[in-house]
Amino acid sequence: MSQKSETKAPPVAPLDAEEARELYRRMRLIRGFEDAVQSQFQKGNVHGTTHLYSGQEASGVGVCSLLRDGDKVAGTYRGHGHALALGVSAQGLMDELLGRATGLCGGRAGSMNVVDLERGLIGCFGIVGGSIGAATGAALSAKLLGTGAVAVAFFGDGTSNQAYFHECLNWAQVEKLPVVFVCENNLYMEFTPIEDVTAGAIGSRPMAMGIHTQQVDGNDLWKVREGAAEAIEHARSGAGPAFLETLTYRFVGHSRSDPGKYRKPGELDEWRKRDPLLVARTGLEERYGIEAERCDEIDAEVAAELERIVEQGLAAPFPDPAEDGKEFKDE
Amino acid sequence: MSEATIEFRVAVREAIDEEMARDERVVFFGEDVATAGGVFAVSPGLEEKYGRERIFDTPISELAISAGAFGAAVTGLRPIFEIMFADFLPLAMDSLINQAAKYWYVSNEQGSVPLVVRSAMGAGGNFGAMHSQSPIPWLQGIPGLKVVAPATASDAKALLKQSIRDENPVAFLEHKRLYSVKDPIGSEETLPLGKAAVVREGTDVTLASISKGVRDCLRAADELAERGVDAEVVDLRSLRPVDVATVLSSVAKTNRVIAVEEGPMVGGWAANLVGMVAAEGLQELDDAWIIACPETPIPYSPTLEDAYMPAEGRIVHQVSERLGLAAEIATGV
Repeated sequence: MSQKSETKAPPVAPLDAEEARELYRRMRLIRGFEDAVQSQFQKGNVHGTTHLYSGQEASGVGVCSLLRDGDKVAGTYRGHGHALALGVSAQGLMDELLGRATGLCGGRAGSMNVVDLERGLIGCFGIVGGSIGAATGAALSAKLLGTGAVAVAFFGDGTSNQAYFHECLNWAQVEKLPVVFVCENNLYMEFTPIEDVTAGAIGSRPMAMGIHTQQVDGNDLWKVREGAAEAIEHARSGAGPAFLETLTYRFVGHSRSDPGKYRKPGELDEWRKRDPLLVARTGLEERYGIEAERCDEIDAEVAAELERIVEQGLAAPFPDPAEDGKEFKDE
Repeated sequence: MSEATIEFRVAVREAIDEEMARDERVVFFGEDVATAGGVFAVSPGLEEKYGRERIFDTPISELAISAGAFGAAVTGLRPIFEIMFADFLPLAMDSLINQAAKYWYVSNEQGSVPLVVRSAMGAGGNFGAMHSQSPIPWLQGIPGLKVVAPATASDAKALLKQSIRDENPVAFLEHKRLYSVKDPIGSEETLPLGKAAVVREGTDVTLASISKGVRDCLRAADELAERGVDAEVVDLRSLRPVDVATVLSSVAKTNRVIAVEEGPMVGGWAANLVGMVAAEGLQELDDAWIIACPETPIPYSPTLEDAYMPAEGRIVHQVSERLGLAAEIATGV
């Protein structure tokens, strides 16, 4: 279903070959970053827990590739991909996960709660639905201050059963807020198939509120971009919020301790055939004549970059408890 | 000549009005606050003055309201939002606790969250168990969230103005039984958050409370004076940060402290305060105790609710009894 709007789809700003390669590079960076996180976790250098974005790269990169300076993004606890898609420093993010003073949040946030206000990342939220509330508020600012910005909330399929989802979608539509709700439907809410715990189709919920709603192939960078362009344009035009469901699949467990035993037999293999990186490579070749060898070079460059990033992160200092911050901002 | 006074609800309205006039980033929203003027008639007239862009009605969606305020506060607005009854705050708490209160610290001080949540709290109006609570202890234990509750109309205005100007999230709790009281107009434009005030000086015993409890303590102190007990009354004004130093200074003079809380003793702010006073000032203490409420939900029937409240009569009775007992021991009778 591709639903259903009065808004006419605007033409997606066409990418030139260089830009298209850069989006592939960013997706590759996310995948490699997550692999590095997993590896460093196993070595005891990344602490607590992690929720990896592997397999969902086209969704975050596709949406963020269409944002402007001043737009705001709220991500989730599966937020490394959202941050990197937005252009947050991979070094700063890795240092954060390694718990170092040089991290984006000085080591105070860790994997699930990263903030980079300079980049427009108003936060990643460790509690399901928090991103929706934060982006709704950011859209309220954009509207009342007349900034022309949009706010984007990334969240998963499981969030469609949260109060944040129902309350904020309704309020955003009533107030015609410039917010794009991006539901990354990876088929499982944590360990449970989403259909086992959800009445009706997720997209039917925003549609019932009259919200501009679309569903796209979340593993296809170009499909995501087409949908996101329409959704962002709708929100920015003042017509109210837009809802974009990106159908995707995570290649790893929900969190670091999850082996994914709930997957249906053969399901992971089927989705791996539609790996967003493979889909993007095919697109680069078909649309721009960029051959596989060039993508292999990008892969190698990204791998080398990540090796340097991990090395530098591991050499960075830990934060000093004696210099820890205060509870309140001073007047 | 009678002194000029102001009604508590008007003081709150004036604080919002003056701060909205002073700073156009200040906006105000909540359920029934704009067109209807609020269920406690705090905000009539503001919508006409500032327009629907800056003051507006919301759906009954406490979580969305709270989170919307958070997201707006980190992106340039200074929102005030109303949670109609403080009993409804649990619906808003994820955003308050996990987003607003943590943001300044966890973001490594990239951004702060200048929002104010106003809410009507307190028993004494026969509203029953779900419209009468004083949720200060639910809020006091949250690092990064300031908790303010004024006792007088003039304090309400000055403290709310400062809360709106504060760069941090502030929970501003207005006791329902105070909306219609009138107090002398204050001379201070704002009052600092986190600073207690000695509102009656005395030498025999320190009564510490907040919000309506301060007024109960002041009336009790008048009665105690007739019985020869000179009570000092400390209005805490804020419970996070909590000004233990002012209580300790008072205790250094009186050697006795009683914390009066409208709420259960277990897990309450009063037990916490007495604990902190004891930890730092045990050598000054001859006696310390707490006057709080039964460990039950708040009952509806007038006889039950009256008995539930830590009213002035109970304060007078307990102080008289306990000081009398102490005197007997002291004189060896």
